[in-house]
Amino acid sequence: MEKNINITLKIWRQAGPKVKGKFETYKLDNISTDSSFLEMLDVLNEKLVRERKEPIAFDHDCREGICGMCGLYINGHPHGLDGETTTCQLHMRRFKDGDTITVEPWRSTGFPVIKDLVVNRGAFDKIIQAGGYVSVNTGGIPDGNAIPVPKHQAEEAMDAASCIGCGACVAACKNGSAMLFVAAKVSQFALLPQGQVERAARAKAMVSKMDELGFGNCTNTGACEAECPKAISISHIARLNREYLSAKFKD
Amino acid sequence: MWLIDSSIGRKLIMSITGAMLVLFLLFHSIMNFVAIINPYAYDAICAFLGANWYALVATSGLAAGFVIHILYAFFLSLQNMRARGNDRYAVTSKQKGVSWASQNMLILGAVILGFLALHLFQFWSKMQLVELMHKAGAHSDEEAVRLAAKGAHWVQYYFSQPVYSILYIVWLVALWYHLTHGVWSSLQSLGLNNKKWLPRVKSISNVIATIIILLFIAIPVCGLLEAGPLFSPNSTYHPFPNL
Amino acid sequence: MTKKQATSQTEAPIIDAKIPEGSLAEKWTNYKAHQKLVNPANKRRLDIIVVGTGLAGASAAASLAELGFNVLNFCIQDSPRRAHSIAAQGGINAAKNYQNDGDSVYRLFYDTLKGGDYRAREANVYRLAEVSNSIIDQCVAQGVPFAREYGGLLDNRSFGGAQVSRTFYARGQTGQQLLLGAYSALSRQVGKGSVKLYTRYEMLDVVVIDGRARGIIARNLVTGKVERFSAHAVVVGSGGYGNAFFLSTNAMSCNGSAAIQMYKKGAFFANPAFAQIHPTCIPVHGEFQSKLTLMSESLRNDGRIWVPKKKEDAEAIRQGKLKPTDLKEEDRDYFLERRYPAFGNLVPRDVASRAAKERCDAGYGVGNTGLAVYLDFEDSIKRLGEDVVRARYGNLFQMYEKIVDDNPYKTPMMIYPAIHYTMGGIWVDYELMTTVKGLFCIGEANFSDHGANRLGASALMQGLADGYFILPYTIQNYLADQIRVPRFSTDLPEFEEAEKQISEKIKRIMSIQGKRSVDSIHRELGLVMWDFVGMGRNKEGLEHALERIKEIRKEFWSNVYVPGKSEDMNNELEKALRVADFIEIGELMARDALLREESCGGHFREEYQTEEGEALRNDDDFAFASCWKFNGEGEEPTLFKEMLEYEFVKRQQRNYKA
Repeated sequence: MEKNINITLKIWRQAGPKVKGKFETYKLDNISTDSSFLEMLDVLNEKLVRERKEPIAFDHDCREGICGMCGLYINGHPHGLDGETTTCQLHMRRFKDGDTITVEPWRSTGFPVIKDLVVNRGAFDKIIQAGGYVSVNTGGIPDGNAIPVPKHQAEEAMDAASCIGCGACVAACKNGSAMLFVAAKVSQFALLPQGQVERAARAKAMVSKMDELGFGNCTNTGACEAECPKAISISHIARLNREYLSAKFKD
Repeated sequence: MWLIDSSIGRKLIMSITGAMLVLFLLFHSIMNFVAIINPYAYDAICAFLGANWYALVATSGLAAGFVIHILYAFFLSLQNMRARGNDRYAVTSKQKGVSWASQNMLILGAVILGFLALHLFQFWSKMQLVELMHKAGAHSDEEAVRLAAKGAHWVQYYFSQPVYSILYIVWLVALWYHLTHGVWSSLQSLGLNNKKWLPRVKSISNVIATIIILLFIAIPVCGLLEAGPLFSPNSTYHPFPNL
Repeated sequence: MTKKQATSQTEAPIIDAKIPEGSLAEKWTNYKAHQKLVNPANKRRLDIIVVGTGLAGASAAASLAELGFNVLNFCIQDSPRRAHSIAAQGGINAAKNYQNDGDSVYRLFYDTLKGGDYRAREANVYRLAEVSNSIIDQCVAQGVPFAREYGGLLDNRSFGGAQVSRTFYARGQTGQQLLLGAYSALSRQVGKGSVKLYTRYEMLDVVVIDGRARGIIARNLVTGKVERFSAHAVVVGSGGYGNAFFLSTNAMSCNGSAAIQMYKKGAFFANPAFAQIHPTCIPVHGEFQSKLTLMSESLRNDGRIWVPKKKEDAEAIRQGKLKPTDLKEEDRDYFLERRYPAFGNLVPRDVASRAAKERCDAGYGVGNTGLAVYLDFEDSIKRLGEDVVRARYGNLFQMYEKIVDDNPYKTPMMIYPAIHYTMGGIWVDYELMTTVKGLFCIGEANFSDHGANRLGASALMQGLADGYFILPYTIQNYLADQIRVPRFSTDLPEFEEAEKQISEKIKRIMSIQGKRSVDSIHRELGLVMWDFVGMGRNKEGLEHALERIKEIRKEFWSNVYVPGKSEDMNNELEKALRVADFIEIGELMARDALLREESCGGHFREEYQTEEGEALRNDDDFAFASCWKFNGEGEEPTLFKEMLEYEFVKRQQRNYKA
């Protein structure tokens, strides 16, 4: 049931990419437990604007847990403590009256901070641009039912394809590795007949781009899977390893 | 070279050398266990594995595996630290399903490496190294050469001292943690895993790690408890029974 | 005949959509056979700006680049993949007839036209149905993991407003998967260098030179700098303007600013009043609320909608004294099944929304506000088992539980209509070109295919149809005679002037330094829109809304407070610029709703209804698209009409009863 709580927030403020950041503490009273975490930040920003201070910059968009824009490191967890939840779907009923909540941006060399809690995740786009596609032009395509796809395979591909590209895997990983993100895409196409033609080239190109962009090495801790809001399994990483190694050995 | 340049290549090296070391440990632990049951049989094995060409080839391969595994570990960790960025998280919490070992492989590895030095000093330097030097014509103590193939003697000598038994138990616990993550991680890096097998592979790895450590740990435990043919107060073992 | 009557009543000028000759089924084929094309060598010399990376924008940018054009693609988010198309849940329609249930291109066309309450352009809708099948093929080839049957073939589900199963889906994340497909095609072109991608850029103006669109002014949202970009043609796929209502199912950054900029540069704004209210959204629950969450229409396949039959029960539920599960079957009013036996819970969105509102207004609503109805899965769980229901709707149920903290497997969901989609938008002709030459508008941003109401699973279809299969053809007909035009310098006086005006506008907003936050003004506008330009509209209310919007505009321009600097990442400034345009859109919507003295689709004028409370259309006087021409700040816009002449389909009163 709805009630109101008082909380203290410790939020990372950083004026720009090159400026040194620090934590600021804010007290917030009478927050409805029915509000989402981002709505709570809206209330804080509204208060800051009223006090004629600069509000906190944070990324957010759909607020339905699908666009992958929001990403805050809350009390030591990307997207907060709830499993399979994005920050926008995290609700204040998960917090208690008097709690202190620490909010930080994703911290990784691959995702430099732009301002406050906003980071640059352009590296993910670059990895997809390197090979995260099936090379088909528009038009001249055979019928959608021309190649049957076994249901379980389509389902597993869909599991991988549900990645929202939020970057929580990188944020959670002590090595700043982007393997789960890359694996999800490689695995999706490796499972579908449409992805077979470029299978080897894709794995090589995407991994090499990932390495080039300064992401760390996967040490199979599984933190990415634990924090992934879409619960993407690290078994996809095993598939990526397999794809990559077999591609390299074939060379 | 993709084995150095690419993250998955580097992981392949880690997993192959790691898997080699696991196999070695498995062999070593079974061999050790023999010492508890029958010290003379153990000595016979040691004599067989002295400074022969096959033992030397295996030893150098093993040494290379160790060195590569360790060097890559530092290399990878350094890169990973760099990938994490300059600002650290102020608050970190444990994630569900993430084992402590997996997050601390480097520290565990360093602990293991430290003890490995002690271990090599205590056993290898008194056994294979002595034989090797002797064969190479270096001047060596006759008593030492005679004892070089008598593994059970050295086992008895060190593990009769509780301080070493306890140190070895600590070491083996660290090794167990390292293996619980290392074994399945090596399979994962090789790509030998899928969703169905993920929990199975993890369990199998735990079983392998536990078997290895139980076999190993039997010696210091027997040493502490003064149990078995080697450590009981009325042990009849003597390195040279015919004398 | 219709045409004559309408023109005789109001003397609005008529505009021509340039519909090709021939029978319905031949028009698009004829057009393609006779249109002008650009040869490959010349394509390289032509630049095209595409604004937006949603289904329409991304698919257009990718397809144009594949053809060989140089494309500059802009989006306001940090990645093209964030565009709000990603949030579409239910599915995408196509006339494949894989289910052998009698579907055809004609039937999809007819259902869409009828669903839109006969206010869409016949030729466009037919073309849409015609290319729908290619979209599915295209997406499958891109590796979109559509749901499949055990035999490995594509699965379908049924959706509102249709009697066949023609909706293709990928769990409850169809929009995401289709967008990622388009995004991957786009990424491929970015990787090749044929598309230059500008993320975190917001278009702030179109630059028109000698009557043709030749570029845009955009603000870099990271540095705050205002920059100029030139091209031979400009394509805008910037989405809908539903956020004029403040609370809607749209993402936070969805806005109508690009549409307003085009409008102010001479593009007509058509049917602004046609906004869709989606029946199955999670009800409003607090003042702090920032957005409304949609629950997919697919839920109506297995969920039954009801309210208590007795007022006293409804009251007891509202006060928390009674639980919905306590109510016996005979005390429940399944009002959609009662009113529309043939379609039951699967009536089109506008009909379902209005029926829910009618029950709540009559005092039968539930929830603590009384503004909610139940969507109940009890019967389906009994019939199919919880596992099947979980497999079909698991992620939606989970989302509901996260937001509302209630378990929908045990107690019925509560839902209420909310603003979801805008059928209205920038007027385009058959070629998707606006009234400004060289300025094209695609996807939800244009007005074209949905008439007064959009059927479920048709937005994805239209976005991708425009981007993959229509615009890449029609734009060549325009560009064919532009091949000799050299690239434009952004130093031209037109660019300079446009940039100056934008910079001044920003400076003006920054310098107001008033007392109101941007959000508080936006919220005030949203309330006026919902109360008077929402689900039920009337003359008096709309006139009142126009007055109130004037006041809000004055308040904004004299009392808004935007902190920070303009040459920096400044979210408040971004919002302020958008709210300034939402005020313009709100006014246009109210004006258009006032003009349209009939009820049709999503536009319900309370004065015009049948005795049973159904929408009462007036085909004699209002069978046209109302197109508004901007006449300058503070001036009244001029009305133009595109007469919607139906050559092939006979208009009928929509009937979902039998």
